[in-house]
Amino acid sequence: MAKIVGGINVTHVPYIGRAIANNLQQDPYWKPFFDGFPPVHQWLAKVKPDIAVVIYNDHGLNFFLDKMPTFAVGAAAEYSNADEGWGIPTLPPYIGDQDLSWHMIDSLVENEFDIVTCQEMLVDHAFTLPLELFWPGQHPCPVRTVPVCINTVQFPLPTAARCFKFGQAIGRAIESWDTDARVVVIGTGGLSHQLEGRRAGFINKEFDLMFMDKLVNDPLWVTRYSVPELVELTGTQGVELLNWLTCRGALSGDVTKVHGNYHIPISNTASGLLAMEVA
Amino acid sequence: MSSGKQKRVIPGTTLFDGDMARKGYALNKMCFSFNSADNRAEFLKDKEGYCDKYGLNAEQKQAVLSLQVLDMLAAGGNAYYLAKLGGIFGLDMQDIGAQQTGVTKDEFKAKLVAAGRK
Repeated sequence: MAKIVGGINVTHVPYIGRAIANNLQQDPYWKPFFDGFPPVHQWLAKVKPDIAVVIYNDHGLNFFLDKMPTFAVGAAAEYSNADEGWGIPTLPPYIGDQDLSWHMIDSLVENEFDIVTCQEMLVDHAFTLPLELFWPGQHPCPVRTVPVCINTVQFPLPTAARCFKFGQAIGRAIESWDTDARVVVIGTGGLSHQLEGRRAGFINKEFDLMFMDKLVNDPLWVTRYSVPELVELTGTQGVELLNWLTCRGALSGDVTKVHGNYHIPISNTASGLLAMEVA
Repeated sequence: MSSGKQKRVIPGTTLFDGDMARKGYALNKMCFSFNSADNRAEFLKDKEGYCDKYGLNAEQKQAVLSLQVLDMLAAGGNAYYLAKLGGIFGLDMQDIGAQQTGVTKDEFKAKLVAAGRK
């Protein structure tokens, strides 16, 4: 059966793309962020995943508000990035794994997650930048991919408890796939930030650090909060932590922290990084 | 036009829910079109005509033409889509944040840095 080697959660601010394109990794503004990644690169070199299941939210590249799925799973041979309108460089396509995609789709629907399936799917910065951070400069990306998109744009959003269960169902799906593939699960977005309104610039360091700490060994802690409460605590975009929680849900058994990093600010965002290993 | 349901009040924040999604549909659809460079160029050639093509109402059009982000939000704009409009004018998230909170860009950036020191 396929093996989940662990999970990595990371912020997906678009301007990371510009920093990478301009080689600003050692610039004083960016250094505290980029310095978080070498330990994750070393861990990935050790656990050698073949496939990344990437849990993220689309920001109006693939999905518009005309049709907005709560949960969607990619089932394409290849996923293209494209112009998102604000001028960050477009990255080369990513290779899919259609066998895992359809195995996950079958398993998720069997387990009562009636997801939308996408045989064509553009992937935005929330999908591409984490892969760029974990496998810098490697084109094509050395892992095959399955995108899993969660609506964090148009309310109502799925509850934290639902996202955790969705993650558990993703984990069971991967672990019931009859191959010897090694899979890393990635959750992107957050941590606290708010782009719009008079509360723009809101950041909540105390909550973020608690969330990162609890996510490793007590992930259900955050499910005590409703989605509007999470918005109040973390900002309108901080609620992307649902992608982190979904990723954590996919990890079962003994989970240990490999590496974490937290830095304020990257653009308007409290940036977080958390890699976890499954025994 | 409202669902009439009770909503949690979060200071300085409007959740982009069904009421806002209905209200802002035309505005957000126009902003979605800005994923295409050709459409961005067409907008810049004739902003008002482009707004009309997407059926923006008077409030939305005024907000777009005056580039007032809070007004665009009140007219149903969604942050992710408005960011595509902001990009046309070279505005980044600190420009947009400063405008919405009534401070200079440097003051806004200083506030973000201060949030990390708490």
